[in-house]
Amino acid sequence: MDADQAIAELTDISPQVRQVVVIGADGALTGSNVPDQTAERLAGGARRLLDAAEELRPGVAQLEAATTTGSVFVVRDGERMIAATTTAEPTVGLVFYDLKTCLRSIEEPGEKPTPRRRAANKPDAPEEEDDAAS
Amino acid sequence: MPRRKVLTGMLLAAGSLAGSVLVRRRAARRRERVDLYSADGSMHSFAEGTPEADRLLPLAHDLLVP
Repeated sequence: MDADQAIAELTDISPQVRQVVVIGADGALTGSNVPDQTAERLAGGARRLLDAAEELRPGVAQLEAATTTGSVFVVRDGERMIAATTTAEPTVGLVFYDLKTCLRSIEEPGEKPTPRRRAANKPDAPEEEDDAAS
Repeated sequence: MPRRKVLTGMLLAAGSLAGSVLVRRRAARRRERVDLYSADGSMHSFAEGTPEADRLLPLAHDLLVP
């Protein structure tokens, strides 16, 4: 799925989410639902927010900055990142879940879509050893 | 003391307690804060007034300006 389509689905299912930007592994803007200038501002601000958070607590995977006028969410998945602004007092867990789902549904340029396999159709999968028993 | 009066008193006390909890929760929600979630599952919350929040919240305010 491309970034714009994934963002459209995100804002469709999560009306609390306002502005969204997706930043690829190369640091470039992959998609957004706002004009380019606003998207660049949001992407730059999200990077600064995550960098400052990283200095305070190394290993930050996601953050929410909640203000009286709205919240800013930043979620990192590997080298990729999604940032969004929301209305005030959002449903935090749902927003994080929706942002992660959106980010993971976006294919990186050059990435081949991997077909999903059903868990029941894995006859060759090795059985897991029960380490707890030993 | 009649049972009815005791019951009324208990209901009033329970109502006051529930009301104060709701008011405090709403007030706490209105406070600005930053929550940082680490990859290991831990979470750190910084309320406004702490040095961490004072550093991060202005960055968030910049992004929320229309």
